[in-house]
Amino acid sequence: MSFDNNLRPGQGSSDSFDDLPVTSDPEVLPGAQSTIGGGGAQGRGEGVGELKEVEGLSQSQLVWRRFIRHKGAIFGIVMLALIAALSLSAMGVFGMPGWWKYQNYASSHDIVNGAAPTMTLPKWLGGPGFAIGDHPFGQDNIGRDNFALVMKGAQTSLLVMVVLGLITLILGTTVGAFAGYYRGKVDTVLMRTTDLVITLPVLVLGAVLGKLLATLPVKLDASQEVKEAIVANTPLLLAVVLGFILWPGLARLVRSEFLTLREREFVDSARVAGATDWRIITKHVLPNAVGVIIVNTTLVMSQAVVLEAALSFLGFGVVDPNVSLGKLISDYQGAFATRPWLFWWPGLFIILIALSVNFIGDGLRDAFDPRTKRIPSKREMDKALARITATPATESEGAR
Amino acid sequence: MIRFIARRLAIAIGLLLVLSAIVYWMLDLAVDPLDDLRVSPAPNKAELIAHRVALLGLDQPWYERYFRWLIHFVQGDLGVAWRSGIKVSELLGSAIWTSIQLIFGATCIALILGVTIGVISALRQYTTFDYAITFISFVLYALPVFWVAVLLKQFLAIGVNDYLNHPVMNWPVVIAISIVSGLFWAGATAVGLKRQLVVFAAATLITLGVLAYALLSGWVLNPQLGIVGVGVIALATAVAITMIFAGLSNRLALYSALTTAVVGIALYAPLQWLFYLVPMDIWWMLGLLVVAIGIALGIGWLWGGPDRGVSMRGAAIVAVLTSIVVFVDRVMQGWSLYMHASAINGRPIATIGPSTPNLGGDFWISQLDRWTHLLLPTIALVLISFAAYTRYQRGSTLEVLSQDYIRTARAKGLSERVVIVRHALRNALLPLASIVPVDFIAMIGGAVITESIFSWSGAGALFVTSLRQSEMDPVMAYVMLTGFLAIIANIVADFLYGLLDPRIRVNA
Repeated sequence: MSFDNNLRPGQGSSDSFDDLPVTSDPEVLPGAQSTIGGGGAQGRGEGVGELKEVEGLSQSQLVWRRFIRHKGAIFGIVMLALIAALSLSAMGVFGMPGWWKYQNYASSHDIVNGAAPTMTLPKWLGGPGFAIGDHPFGQDNIGRDNFALVMKGAQTSLLVMVVLGLITLILGTTVGAFAGYYRGKVDTVLMRTTDLVITLPVLVLGAVLGKLLATLPVKLDASQEVKEAIVANTPLLLAVVLGFILWPGLARLVRSEFLTLREREFVDSARVAGATDWRIITKHVLPNAVGVIIVNTTLVMSQAVVLEAALSFLGFGVVDPNVSLGKLISDYQGAFATRPWLFWWPGLFIILIALSVNFIGDGLRDAFDPRTKRIPSKREMDKALARITATPATESEGAR
Repeated sequence: MIRFIARRLAIAIGLLLVLSAIVYWMLDLAVDPLDDLRVSPAPNKAELIAHRVALLGLDQPWYERYFRWLIHFVQGDLGVAWRSGIKVSELLGSAIWTSIQLIFGATCIALILGVTIGVISALRQYTTFDYAITFISFVLYALPVFWVAVLLKQFLAIGVNDYLNHPVMNWPVVIAISIVSGLFWAGATAVGLKRQLVVFAAATLITLGVLAYALLSGWVLNPQLGIVGVGVIALATAVAITMIFAGLSNRLALYSALTTAVVGIALYAPLQWLFYLVPMDIWWMLGLLVVAIGIALGIGWLWGGPDRGVSMRGAAIVAVLTSIVVFVDRVMQGWSLYMHASAINGRPIATIGPSTPNLGGDFWISQLDRWTHLLLPTIALVLISFAAYTRYQRGSTLEVLSQDYIRTARAKGLSERVVIVRHALRNALLPLASIVPVDFIAMIGGAVITESIFSWSGAGALFVTSLRQSEMDPVMAYVMLTGFLAIIANIVADFLYGLLDPRIRVNA
C-alpha cells in the first residue's frame, strides 16, 4: 500500500485500511490506478501531478490563485504599497515624525536651484547620476518644500480612500442586504432612500456637504478648541461625509445579489433547519455575495481619490492648514507656466493611486468571476506544442 | 405604457420634492450669508447684520423659508441671487443652454467613440491592441478631469495657437502621430502578421501624407473641403456604411447609398447659393436635415427590392453624414475671416468662456466661434467618460460573443459581418441603455469642474460660484434642474430598455 500512502498521507499508514482494496477509495482516480501497473517512482510522480490538478480547492484558494496571477493587480498592490510606505514614512503618521528633513510642510526655506526640482536622473537614463538633493520635487514661490507637501497630500488621499471605503462597505452592504433579504416595505423604503442620494451627481452633493463641514463650526459658534479640532481633522470628516453619498451604488448591487441568492435551496434548507434571519444573512448569503462587495468597494475607493481631489480643487474639500493633492493643484494652477513641477507631482500621485486601486479592483473582479479562465498566450501555446512535437518518444516513455 | 410613464413621473415628482427639502435643509446649514459681515470692521456692523437677517428671513426657521421657496418655485418664480440682485431665471436661462450643449455633445462623442473602440477591442481579445486599449482606458479612468483640463489649456490651446501664428513644421511630432495611427489601424482592422504589416505601412503613409499636405500647403491656415472634398467623403461614407450595415453584396443597398451621395454632391452648389442668399439659423439647418433624410428614404424606397428597409436606412445614414459634411464645409469657409477678426487676433482655440464677446458676424461665424470654444471642454469630458464606455462595451460584447446563438449563427454559415453586426452588436448595445443615464449624471458633475476651469458661464459654474457666495436660490434652482434631468434620463432609459429588449415587458 505504498501507493495509497503517497496519495493520502496519514490515512494509508493506519493498519485498518491496509487490507481494503484500492478501488474502494472514491478519491483515487482511474488515471492514478493505472499507474499501479507501471509501479515505482514513475507512477508516484504522475499520480501526484494529476491529483494536484483536481484537488479540492476552497473558493478562497481559487480566488487567491487567480488574483496573484493577475499582473495588473500585482502591479497595483506593489505600487500602492510603495506610495503608502513612502508618504507615511517620509512625513510621519500618528504623531510620529518621519525621516524627511522638512517635517513642517508649511514653513518656507531658502530657494535652491531656482525652486526647480533638485532630484536628478540616474546615469543610465541620461542624467548626471541619481541624487535627491535638498528639494527633490522643487519649491513653490515662497520656498515651501514640494516633496513634503505632496507626501502629506498623498497621506490625505490614502486616508480619505480607506475611511470612505470602510463607510461605503458597511453602509452599502447593510442597506443592500436588508433591502434584498426582507423585500416588501423595507426594500421600498431603503431603495427610495438610495434613489434620493443617487439622483444628484456626487460632486454636487459632495460640494454642499464639504461647504457644510467648513461653515458649520462658525455658524454654531463653537468654542475655539472644537473649531481647531474640526479644522485639524477635516480630511477625516470629509471622508466620513463623502462616504454617506457614495454607498448607493454598492447597496443596489448587493440588493440584487441578495434577491437572487435568497431564493436558492441552501437558504431554504437553512431556514428549515431553524436558522434565524440574522444567521442566514451573515453565514449563508453574505459569503456568497462577497465578490461583488469587495470588487465594488475597491472601485468606489478609486472614485473617492479623484472625488476628494476634485472637491478640494473647487474649494469645497480639504481646507488650510491641511494639504490635499487636489488642493495643491488648485493652489498652483496659475503657476503652471513658471513652475510646472508644482502641478505635475500632485497630479502624478493622484493618477498613480487611482490607477493602482483600479488595477486591484480589476484583478479582484477577474478573480471572483467563476467564468474567468486563464487563457495561455499564443507564445505559451506554441512553446507547449513545440515541446510535445519535439520529444514524442521520451514523453510517452515517461508516462507509461 | 402611458400608465408606466405616469407612474414613474409621479414617483419622480415625489422624489424631487423630498430631495428639495433635504437639500434645502443641508444648504441652510452649509451657507453662511453673514460671513463677510461677521469680520467686517464697519461701525454699524450690528445694523448691517440685522438688515441682512431681515432681507433673507434668517430669523425664521428653515422650514418656513423652505415652504415659501417651494410655493414660489411651483409658481415659476426661481428667486433672486441676493448678492447681485439678478433674478435666477435670467441667470439660469442662458446657462442651461451652454451646459446642455457641452454635456450633450460630449456624451454623444464619447458614446460613439467608446462603443466603437470597445467592440473592436472585444473582437481582438487578448491581442496587443486589446491590451493597449485596456491600459489606456485604465489610465484615462484614473485621470482627474480638472488636471486634464488645465493641461489641455496649457498645451493644446497654446501650442495650436502658436503654431497657427508661426507655422513651423515639427517633423518628429508628425511622424509620431503617423506611426501611432498606423499601429492603431493595424491592430484594429487586420489579423495576421502579414496583413497587419501591410495595413500599418498603408495607414502610416496615408496619415503622413495627409498631415504633410495639410501642414505644408498651408491648408490648416485656411481649411476647406470644397466640392471635391465633400464628394470624396460622401462617396466613401456611402461605401463604408453599406459595407458595415448591409454588405457590399447587397447591390440595391449600395446603389441607394451611392445615389444619395451623388444627390448630395449635386445639391452642393445650389446649397451654397441658398446659404449665401438667405440668412440661416439653427431651425433652417434642422429643416434641411429633415429634407435630406426624406430624399434619402425616397431614394432607398425607389431602388426597392425585397428588403427595402435596409436600403432606406443605409441611405438615410449617408444623407445625415453628408449633410454634416456640407455643414462643416460651410462653417470652415468662414475660417480665415474668423482668424483675422479683431476679437480673435489669430488665436482661435479659446480657453475662456462659451463664446467670444463682441465678435459679430453671421450664423456661420458664430457657429465656428462656438466650436472653437467647445473644443477643449469637450475633449476633457470625452476623455474621461470614453474610458468607461470602452470598458463597458468590451465586456458586454465579449459576453454576447460567448453565447450559444452566436455559435449557431456561425454554424448556419452566416458571414462574420452578419454575425457581428446583426446578431452580436444589437444585443451587446442593450446594457448601454442602463449605463448612459448614470454616466449622464456623472457628466453633469464633470461639467461643474470643466465649466469652472474654462470660465464657462454654464449651470455648473453658476452652482459653484453661488455656493461660494452663499446664495441659496441659484443653488436650489440648479439642484432641481439637475435632479429633473437625471430623473428624465432614467425614465427614458427604462423606456428604451423595454422597447429594445422584448424579454423585458414594461408593466405599470
